[in-house]
Amino acid sequence: VKILYFAWVRQRIGLSEEDLRPPASVTNVSQLIEFLKSRGAGYAAAFNDLKTVRVAVNQQHTALDARIGPDDEIAFFPPVTGG
Amino acid sequence: MSEIRIQHEDFDPGAEIEALNGAQGSVGAIASFIGLVRGDDGLIAMTLDHYPGMCEREIAAHITEAKTRWPIQALRIVHRVGRLIPGERIVFVGVASMHRQAAFQAAEFLMDYLKTRAPFWKREERPSREDWVEAKAVDDESVKRWH
Repeated sequence: VKILYFAWVRQRIGLSEEDLRPPASVTNVSQLIEFLKSRGAGYAAAFNDLKTVRVAVNQQHTALDARIGPDDEIAFFPPVTGG
Repeated sequence: MSEIRIQHEDFDPGAEIEALNGAQGSVGAIASFIGLVRGDDGLIAMTLDHYPGMCEREIAAHITEAKTRWPIQALRIVHRVGRLIPGERIVFVGVASMHRQAAFQAAEFLMDYLKTRAPFWKREERPSREDWVEAKAVDDESVKRWH
């Protein structure tokens, strides 16, 4: 899956995007987050409080229990503050 | 006719408003909103980050929604990204319609959704620190009136 990070999520992880192949057991966004948290302290810090993290799958806002597949583009970011 | 632009460079509000006045004599009202960088609390600059692609999609979806609610003749949204200093323009929303209520309401609807759904993030620079702006509960409340 292609994963994008924005704002402080990007800063904590230290990457703006990456291509990863999570284990086959990862079928939804919450499971992907657990997988990512196991990858290092920056990820753990970024996903420490999930109330402050929003997710989009294929550029559409979605909930943490949304299903994901290998060709999806998944983005993690804080609540938006534009305008 | 609707146009969405996300850009680093400034825009000319007069030119944007003029562009909303299309076919001669068909438009009765144009409402526009301009958001600016406010220099309070020692703010030096603000940097806007965004999710290219999703921003345009999210804004386009709300334009489609606005068009089902109000008779809109033309619509333009311009949002800047990058580093901006106090006094600079951030965003322009302009709506042309036959009557003022539709133009005012659609512009407000689009701004409320822009603030709560379009993936932009502001980072503020002050003399002693830099912080990401936190989302405001009041913006979430504002958007509820359109549900």
